[in-house]
Amino acid sequence: MSQFIASQRDSVRYRSRLMQTEAERHPETHPLTWRLRDDGEVVWLEEYLSKDGYRSVRKALADSDPQAIIATMKDANVGGRGGGGFSAGLKWSLTLQGDDMPRGYLICNADEMEPGTFKDRLLMEHQPHLLIEGMILAALANNSCFGYIFLRGEYVTAARVLNRALEEARAGGWLGADINGSGFDFDIALHTGAGRYICGEETALINSLEGRRANPRTKPPFPGQSGAWGKPSVVNNVETLCNAPGVILHGADWYQGLSGDRSENGGSKLYGISGLVEKPGLWELPMGTTGGEILDRAGGMRNGRQLKAWLPGGASTGFLLPEHLDMPLDFDTVGKEGSRLGTGLLTIVPQEQSIVALVRNLEEFFARESCGWCTPCRDGLPWTAKVLRALELGQGEDGDIELLEKLAADCGPAQTFCAHAPGAAMPLKTALKHFRHEFEAGVSARPVKAAEGQAD
Amino acid sequence: MMADTPQTTVLIGSDGFDLDPSDETSIIEEMAHYEQPQAACIEALKIVQRRHGWVPDSAITAIARLLGIGPGEVEGVATFYSLIFRQPVGRHVVLVCDSSACFLTGFQELRQALVAQLGIDYGQTTEDGRFTLLPVCCLGACDGAPALMIDDDTYGPVSPEDLPGVLEDYP
Repeated sequence: MSQFIASQRDSVRYRSRLMQTEAERHPETHPLTWRLRDDGEVVWLEEYLSKDGYRSVRKALADSDPQAIIATMKDANVGGRGGGGFSAGLKWSLTLQGDDMPRGYLICNADEMEPGTFKDRLLMEHQPHLLIEGMILAALANNSCFGYIFLRGEYVTAARVLNRALEEARAGGWLGADINGSGFDFDIALHTGAGRYICGEETALINSLEGRRANPRTKPPFPGQSGAWGKPSVVNNVETLCNAPGVILHGADWYQGLSGDRSENGGSKLYGISGLVEKPGLWELPMGTTGGEILDRAGGMRNGRQLKAWLPGGASTGFLLPEHLDMPLDFDTVGKEGSRLGTGLLTIVPQEQSIVALVRNLEEFFARESCGWCTPCRDGLPWTAKVLRALELGQGEDGDIELLEKLAADCGPAQTFCAHAPGAAMPLKTALKHFRHEFEAGVSARPVKAAEGQAD
Repeated sequence: MMADTPQTTVLIGSDGFDLDPSDETSIIEEMAHYEQPQAACIEALKIVQRRHGWVPDSAITAIARLLGIGPGEVEGVATFYSLIFRQPVGRHVVLVCDSSACFLTGFQELRQALVAQLGIDYGQTTEDGRFTLLPVCCLGACDGAPALMIDDDTYGPVSPEDLPGVLEDYP
């Protein structure tokens, strides 16, 4: 009996996993995941080396030309996979470099806390050396003296795997002084966080790394000019860095070709899906894969439900509709539809789900996670959540929807220090656009008194 | 404290707190990873918490002294991050993910079942000191939603029926 219970518990223990088998993944088409094992075991150093591991670092060290690395990354146009989509090569080219400059820092943003997002966990838990290799390439390009992996505190397994992999890499001569006899010194430390979504914002992350509250900093100066401890610093997402080894080894044209004619944005992407689908999960697919293809891979809607709406990439992206399922999911196309690709992990909303309730859940998340640094975010988001709670209970008042629109505008781009509040405004704005009648239904039929009319 | 000491206002952390020597060593090792010792602040709080379960006022001053920064700075950090506990918690901390993917897939039922089974709500600890229940911002286990985390273990998807078996592992 006890044995039965134990196996029952094992079945609910969470393990990150990829939905494609080894047979389906190839080095030419799946640069991020082809080395992963079907049995879910970690690809440690020896196996990683046997699967072309550290070949790109060897090549880059031999070429010894940081500008060539940057040029290749730029030509490949690797868009930042943390959600922003900003060209990694361009970011690397903006770092202050030169003999008279201090060597700076390379920071891997592994603070994956955007609701709906679970892709970097897979790379770190199963294939840590790909990330380390990407970091060495970034360090070479930016002349970084030291790297940090800023990992969220809840990723306990990833921390254990990364620490062991860092030791392996050091012992193997891939980290530390004089890497592989090249004269280049670079090492990495794992820095774990203590829970706060705002740590994913690159300047807040730097503050947190320095042991402070994770408040964002004013830009400029950008981290590439003055980041951690005032030194030039580059902050890149895990998946972004994991793209670098393939790009450097095979070149920009190969990378561009990965997406075929599906997208102007090249490369492959870790796409995933969660919410009410049959088989939620994660796949490495060409950039520009459509939402419909991903939904099909996930076995469609759970128990024959109807699709009402979806978020293309995390809580801070705008709602899309069933009619958008044929759209290529890349940075440019999704942007034109009034949303963002974000992290490329779809959240699926079924027909019977109240959008007001879901937006209330999203805004409560953003309100709770505001760092409090600036007023529109600190005061506006709890106010937004309060109005949404009232609407959800059918206790809204006339003017509430206009108030929500005003709050969303006040939290919009350029109104706040960082992208937290604009991110919060996006699902709200798009929900009001697509599902306004549901918000209107939450307003009670109370007649408006003339005396309460607003002055404007 | 001697019996005849006059009653004075106790300032935060004014009572002595001695860091465990091995914890102090760990914190000093952490400091070496950074240009400035302050960067080890969060890790120092986590090190203390691993031993004590939470971070008492008096530990704040001890950490501040070791890092060479003001206690206010350490306190500011300790109260900012959600995984640093400034009050005693139970032997096991249950983090319930209430983010969008979990919200869509049965978080409410799971939370209700937890509240009913443990007899406590968020922020509370069971009378026997076994469990503390807290909400958490997305666990990054959305393909396993609804998810929860107990100490270092992540579970998902968890149904209300799974709960008794899962909780049993944490005496």
